[in-house]
Amino acid sequence: MKKYTYTDKKDTRSGFGAGLLEAGRKNDQVVALCADLIGSLKMNDFIKEFPERFVQVGIAEANMMCIAAGMTIGGKIPFTGTFANFSTGRVFDQIRQSIAYSNKNVKVCASHAGLTLGEDGATHQILEDIGMMKMLPGMTVINPCDYNQTKAATMAIAEYEGPVYLRFGRPVVPIFTDPDQKFEIGKAWMVNEGADVSIFATGHLVWEAILAGEKLAEEGIDAEIINIHTIKPLDAEAVLKSVAKTGCVVTAEEHNRLGGLGDSIAQLLAVNNPTPQEFVAVNDSFGESGTPEQLMTKYGLDAEHIVLAVKKVIERKNKNA
Amino acid sequence: MKSTIQDLEKTASQIRRDIVRMVHGCQSGHPGGSLGCTDFFTALYFEAMNHDPKFNMDGIGEDLFFLSNGHISPVFYSTLAHAGYYDKAELATFRKLNTRLQGHPTTHEHLPGVRIASGSLGQGLSVAIGAALAKKLNGDKSLVYTLHGDGELQEGQIWEAAMFAPHNKVDNLISTIDVNGQQIDGPTNLVLSLGDLHAKWVAFGWDVLEMKGNDMADVVKTLELAKSRTGQGKPIMILMHTEMGYGVDFMVGSHKWHGVAPNDEQLKLALAQLEETLGDY
Repeated sequence: MKKYTYTDKKDTRSGFGAGLLEAGRKNDQVVALCADLIGSLKMNDFIKEFPERFVQVGIAEANMMCIAAGMTIGGKIPFTGTFANFSTGRVFDQIRQSIAYSNKNVKVCASHAGLTLGEDGATHQILEDIGMMKMLPGMTVINPCDYNQTKAATMAIAEYEGPVYLRFGRPVVPIFTDPDQKFEIGKAWMVNEGADVSIFATGHLVWEAILAGEKLAEEGIDAEIINIHTIKPLDAEAVLKSVAKTGCVVTAEEHNRLGGLGDSIAQLLAVNNPTPQEFVAVNDSFGESGTPEQLMTKYGLDAEHIVLAVKKVIERKNKNA
Repeated sequence: MKSTIQDLEKTASQIRRDIVRMVHGCQSGHPGGSLGCTDFFTALYFEAMNHDPKFNMDGIGEDLFFLSNGHISPVFYSTLAHAGYYDKAELATFRKLNTRLQGHPTTHEHLPGVRIASGSLGQGLSVAIGAALAKKLNGDKSLVYTLHGDGELQEGQIWEAAMFAPHNKVDNLISTIDVNGQQIDGPTNLVLSLGDLHAKWVAFGWDVLEMKGNDMADVVKTLELAKSRTGQGKPIMILMHTEMGYGVDFMVGSHKWHGVAPNDEQLKLALAQLEETLGDY
């Protein structure tokens, strides 16, 4: 197992804030909109440097999404910012009609995704956003794993023409990727080459997959770990190549097991290479209040549960052999 | 004036005839609101707006129009065709398979003149505000126009936009509400009353004008007045009083013609009435 270390932990939303500032410096068409959550979205630095390119819409997310769509018509590249719940479920129709169906170059940037908003509870968490966004034709869906990758992804989507959903979170997580990485939309990242099982992880779960990989290695299980930072378009080539080698799959995501990354992989495999698969995800329930760490454990989203899923799926593979 | 009032009325008459033919041709669509708003569309595209049929999505340097109540697509499509955005023959494909003229306007089919999809109500004012903000950032002095239905004001997002535009001094925006008092389920004041619209928009901080939407001279005059009041710190809202189905006697003022197509007999009657009422010049 390749060794990954970290010296610092940061929230992925701060990676978004840093990336937005860089994107704004690089391209003067980049504008930012926020629905009364500037601090939560880490937009302060962008606003300080480019006050004229910031739009405060107040607590009015539907208006924000459509204003963003309208701004593209003057050539602007709008980045909208609010919690993931209010970036998707609350405004699904606005995104569907005025952004996705209208093919507008809006970047829907969503913080506090998944369970890890923590103590605020289920009303402010969301476990359905990946599913909603990936069902929209033409929508690109990105869920980076750490501060550096979120920063790189934010800069990359400014240069990409088309609607994008970018998902990130609040809790501090290890920074283990290269600060100067090139982020390629739609290109999966090989974290660790292995032979016994393919672990496809996304977002905060990539680090948990690395921890799981280390534990598995101690037990003689050689896990291939791939970071699926772009859920749509899915890097089918990388997935199929890995599965052809390992013959079994675990998917790991901070999302409802219905409609997320696991479903995307299962659908791909069902058509191309039916394969035993286990899902590390929230089992079709809402979240609740608690610390991020408590919630990750309670809902089975940690390294320990990935290890259990791997053992289960390898057993199924061996039974089929 | 680019055109005389008589010229504009002639064009409006042709567009109204297109509307009934289009809706009859596919046996679906929304003739009532389309006929009521025809004078506005004609004055907008043939007199008020500076626009270019050599369509460019960004529309930098030209006036932009956003239709929020997308169900009145027949009048929009016909106006664009008459204004030279595409061939009038394409109007016959309205709502039929493989058409660019979808039931509700879309950018998905790359129809020149359409810059946003609309149909799900309440979104157009926000989109127009965004386009107006982009113009300001670009130093582009041209204007943004919109049209909404009065029933559409029941959508909450409209009031989010109503608050935003005056707060942010979006004064390059001329918005219009088609006040015809009708919606699918009946008169608007029975379905969900809108109250004193003039007072409401003033209270939100808009510069509010009113016009007789089926009086071409008044429409032209009011749009000119609205243009003269842009750039003064307030967005402009025009309350446009129209009759649903204007020009076809048996459709006038009835919510039943909101979304019903005429049969063969009714088409003949409607076309005859349009010629008789509005003249063929």
